[in-house]
Order: sequence, then C-alpha cells, then structure tokens
Amino acid sequence: MYRILDKRRLNDQVVQMTVDAPFIARKVQAGQFIILRIDERGERIPLTVADFDRAAGTVTIIFQTVGATTQRLATFEPGDEIADFVGPLGRPTEFGAPKKAVVIGGGVGCAIAYPQAKALHEMGVSVDMIAGFRSKDIVILEPEMRAVSNHLYLTTDDGSYGEKGFVTDVLKRLLTEESYDLCIAIGPIPMMKFVSKTTEPAGVKTLVSLNPIMIDGTGMCGGCRVTVGGEVKFACVDGPDFDGHLVDYDELMRRNSFYRDEEAHACRLEAQIHD
Amino acid sequence: MTNMAQTKVPMPEQAPDVRNRNFEEVALGYTADLAMEEATRCLHCKNSPCVSGCPVNVQIPDFIALIAAGDFAGAYAKIRETSALPAVCGRVCPQESQCEGKCVRGIKGEPVAIGRLERFAADWQMQQPPVDAQPPVSNGIRVAVIGAGPSGLTCAGDLARLGYEVTIFEAFHTAGGVLVYGIPEFRLPKEIVRREIEGLKAMGVKIQTDMVIGKVLSVDEIIEMGYRAVFIGSGAGLPQFLGIPGEGAVGVYSANEFLTRINLMKAYLDGYDTPIKRSRAVAVVGGGNVAMDAARSAKRLGAEQVYIVYRRSEAEMPARKEEVHHAKEEGIEFRLLNNPKRILADENGRVCGMECVEMELGEPDASGRRRPVEKPGSEFVLDVDSVILAVGTSPNPLIRSTTPGIEANRRGCLVVDESMQTTKPGVYAGGDAVTGAATVILAMGAGKTAAASIDAYLQQNN
Repeated sequence: MYRILDKRRLNDQVVQMTVDAPFIARKVQAGQFIILRIDERGERIPLTVADFDRAAGTVTIIFQTVGATTQRLATFEPGDEIADFVGPLGRPTEFGAPKKAVVIGGGVGCAIAYPQAKALHEMGVSVDMIAGFRSKDIVILEPEMRAVSNHLYLTTDDGSYGEKGFVTDVLKRLLTEESYDLCIAIGPIPMMKFVSKTTEPAGVKTLVSLNPIMIDGTGMCGGCRVTVGGEVKFACVDGPDFDGHLVDYDELMRRNSFYRDEEAHACRLEAQIHD
Repeated sequence: MTNMAQTKVPMPEQAPDVRNRNFEEVALGYTADLAMEEATRCLHCKNSPCVSGCPVNVQIPDFIALIAAGDFAGAYAKIRETSALPAVCGRVCPQESQCEGKCVRGIKGEPVAIGRLERFAADWQMQQPPVDAQPPVSNGIRVAVIGAGPSGLTCAGDLARLGYEVTIFEAFHTAGGVLVYGIPEFRLPKEIVRREIEGLKAMGVKIQTDMVIGKVLSVDEIIEMGYRAVFIGSGAGLPQFLGIPGEGAVGVYSANEFLTRINLMKAYLDGYDTPIKRSRAVAVVGGGNVAMDAARSAKRLGAEQVYIVYRRSEAEMPARKEEVHHAKEEGIEFRLLNNPKRILADENGRVCGMECVEMELGEPDASGRRRPVEKPGSEFVLDVDSVILAVGTSPNPLIRSTTPGIEANRRGCLVVDESMQTTKPGVYAGGDAVTGAATVILAMGAGKTAAASIDAYLQQNN
C-alpha cells in the first residue's frame, strides 16, 4: 500500500497528490510515468510523474477527474492508501543539449509540461512556456510555470484570461520572432498534433508525451502501441516521449477512444478539453 | 486387480452449451471413487516410462498406487516431494506429450489419466483442514527471485525448503505470472493459484509486488542489498504482432491484453473497473493454448461467432488436445489452413473484417512442421469486429538491457549453462525468459534445477 501524504486541488477537476513511494522516488526521472491501482477492484491507469523528492521519498502526480478511477482517487485524502503504485516506467525524456526551448502545456498537460520546463531551466536552457486553458477558472500552476521560464504566455479559448486563442496562435508568432532548437508539447492529442504541424516547417525538434491505453506498462499488453514514423512502437517501453513530427495522431485518437462507451462521463469531459 | 478398461474413466465436465456462457471451471474433477477406479488402470511398469516424461520427475506410479489404496494424503505428499504446484500441473500440463505420452497403456487404448489423478490428489488435499506448516529453519542466506510465475515460484519454494530466505519481486500487483494473467479461470481457478502461493508464504517466502526489476531496482542493486544469488524468471511477456496492414485498427488486441483484462483485471465481472468490449464476431489468430484460451474467453463474453484462424492444419497445432477438443465443443469455429493478410477497418478505424488467404502444406520447415504456402487467388474476407493475435511472445528486454554481464541470444532469450547459471556469476535464470514461450511445467522444471544449482553455488561460496 502507498500512503497519500499531501493533496491539493488545483482547480475543480485537477488534483495534485504526493505519495510515499521511496523506491520510485530514488530512480524516477523527468518524463517517466507510474501506474496506479486504487484498490482490489480497480483498473491500472498510467500517470506521468509531475514531481518527485528523492530525499523525502515522495512522488507527486497531477490528474484530471475524467474517468471512474480518477474521480474516485480525487476523493482520497492524506493518510489514505493506494493499493498499487508502480514505476518508474517508460524512458526519461531525452532533452539533448538545446540552447533555447519552448515548452507548451494544454490544460492538465501543464502538470507535465511544467516539470519538463523546470528540468530544462535547471540545465541552464533558456525556456519560454505557452500554457493553454479553456477558461480562466481552470488555470493551474501559473506561478510555478512563471518561475522556470523567461516568458510564460497564457492563452484561454474564451479570452477570459491571458490571450484569447490557442497555444498554436502564440507558437506561430514566437516561431517568427525567436529561434528555438527544442519544442516540448504535452496536452490533448489534437493540441500535440497541431503544435507538431506548426513546428515541422520551422524544423524545430518537437517532443510529445503520449498517454495511450495500457495495462501493465512494461511492454506486455501491447495496448499502447502507436505508429511513429511508420513503425509500431509501445508507448510504455519505447516512450512515452516521441518525435512529434512522426506520430500518427489520428490513429492514436481512435485507439484512445475505444472504451468511450464504457466511460461515458470521461467522454464528455475530454471533449471539453479537446475543444 | 488391474482395471483393463481401454479408456480413461471420464471426468465430469460442465456441458459445452452451459459452460461457454460462464467462466466457471470446465472440468469438475474426479470423485474419490472415480479416482480410485482410474488409479487401478496403472500397470506399475518396472521402468516407469511415465516418470521420464515428467520435467519435474513426479514419482507417478507411486502416487497412483497410494490413490488406488485410498491414501489420498499420502498421494499428495508423494507428488509434493518433487512438484511445487500439483493442483496447477494437474490442470495445465500437456500430459499427452509428457507422462501420458509415455504410458504403456496408451499403446492400445488411452493412457492412464495421470493429469486427472494428480489434480484429484491436489484438490483433495485442499479440502482438508490446513496443517500448521512450520517454516523451515532459516540459514540466514538471502536469495532474490525475479518474477512470481511458475519458474520463480518453484525455485522460491525449493530454496525456502532448504532454509534460504527468499524474496520474490513481482512486477504485477498479484503473484502468479501467466497462471493469473494468462490462463483463464475456466481452466485454472485463481483461487487454486492463490492457495498454492499462500503455501509458499507459509514456508517463509516473501513476495514484493509492484516491483518492475530493471526499472525500480537493477539486478546489481538487488545483489548490493545483500541477496547472495538471484534467479530470473521474468517469462516471455512481449506479444508479437503479424506486421500486416490494419493492426493499428481499433478492436485489434494482443492475446496478452485481452486475457489480462479478463483474468488478472476481472473485467468480465461486475464491480471491477477495467473495461472490456463485448464483440459480435471475433477472429483469434494462432493455434496454441493461448489462442484457445482467448477464443473460449471471447465466446464466454457473448460473441456470436468466434473463429480460430491458423495457417497450418490441426495436426500441427501446438495447443493441448484437450483444449482444442473443448474449444470445438463450445462452438469455436476452426478456420485451418487460413492466413490473415490484412485487417479491414471502417471509417471510424474500427475493425470490420479480416482478409485471409487459404494455405496448403508444402515441405517441412526448420521446425519440422510442413510449411504452409498460399493458394494464389483464394483470398476471402472473414466478417469480424475484433481480432485477437495469439501468435507468440518473446522475453522482455527490461532485465537484460539493465544488467551488465548478462548475455542473451538473438531471440532475446537469456543464455544459461546446464546449471541454469547465466553469464553473470550468482545470477541464474529459467522458464520462458530462457526458452522463449513454452509450458508451465518446463518452467517449473527449470526453476527446480536452478534452485538446486543455487544451493550448490551458495554452499561452495559461503
């Protein structure tokens, strides 16, 4: 069992939890994920690690309450225990040695874009961040993102905060003004797809972090297979980061929606994020 | 008096049209009377050819004699001397190619039902009040076992009996390996696996679940933690795909995914969160036990049509005969000498058919089986909405890629010597991680050999 040490609501639908998981905390690196199972009857769900503290032996996750499991998990409080918490899974992000990077988060994807920006910032890379949300009331991690970037560009779909529009609108402008040698995009699949389409003509290396359907997270089920550059890859062991210019996003979107009927409520909420 | 009946005493089973709608065990097992009757068919041959067919050397005529005499506890104890998991083996061993394949009674008529008798003894024992197992006296030497599947459990059990302090590291949340994620409830009830594992724990074996070795800890770190030897029984878990067009379509699964959802995650039961699709018509590609398990599971989930699509003929099928027989009885349709060419998807990317081509058998290939060759122009479309691929698995690279000094062959299987030691001293391996996908009993045999080798190694190096 894995004890929850801390819980914070970042907005109505997004919860941050810090979990006592010393073995994982000792090894985990930016970009890797864990799989958790709430209890004996639970499903196994993958969540990218948002933060970790090796000395304290803790791992922090941030999740949106989109499915049965995340909705139930959101009701857990500090002191409660999660049955299973497995990791660190997947490969760490391979940042390379960029000089100037743009890190883009969409919605709850900012929870993972932020630690990536932080890691780059700590490597001495000059980082700009673009964070997109549907509206002002669901903005998360603004001070944190601001602290690790030269500029934080905030967008909302409805214009209720920051610039009105999409992250790609800002990105297009920045690509004409700045010269980046790395772009990291984490968020809804359509966002990652359009960011990749935007950076491709500019020749900016783009990494996306995928979160497909999976069970074991060790290469065993093959449920997470994605087509990247015409080759079949398993996101759990070959990813979760991939070259954004090579991912078949349409196939991924179809595969990820397979159990929509079984998770009708998840469908509704995700549709909102995908707007 | 030897019972000279030419056929085995039949084992009661659920009727096919009843059982193909539930996940309860198909075969119900012998009663004491039926078991004693079958036991008297054994001729007690002097040279015991059956024993030579058993990878773990169960003293078959001896335990059968004890059953015939009504000493069921004695029979169980006799099996348990050499086999760590009798209730499992009695159910899933390919007896026809092992013990029963060597039985003299099989020359004229059916062999003695050794598997059924083994199962009877194990099930009888489980019905008895538990005996207070005294854990063996510890020798204080720690040994790590990676993977709680058949080879790891066997190795751990044997080492624990010798007094070693054994810890098993298991990647999943439940111990059992393929016995819990792969083999379905209707063939091997999970309660039986659980009890066998409880038995190991009672002997002092510790099991740490949720530990993906190669990620959370490396083999070297395990050794640094004070484990004096390591056994790797991490299996062959990576599913192979066919590489044909359409495999990315929605509704194409590996058998691993499909069976894990059902068996480990219990997706077919109300109250469990893991989702599973109820398909109308399912094609299962492959001819092994895993293909049979997937097909029969799909039928139980309510599919109207379930096809086994296999590119060779029935004679070449690697599945146990009993599984093929049961599958046919349950209404699985066999499309033999058929090979998939591509999977067809509708405008939403969902499976709407599978194009196959007819095959014929040519000359024998490297495996000794006749090579299937396409019949030109014989393509046709099978009307299905799901495709399950059961075309083999290979070992997971996670451990070999994170353990310096450990060698694997071209197929990714760990290289071991006859003592099951890998190329890294003190590190042993066995089961599917070494052989590639094989059987439960072969993995158990390897775990057993490794346990004896580890004991010898630690005696020498202590």
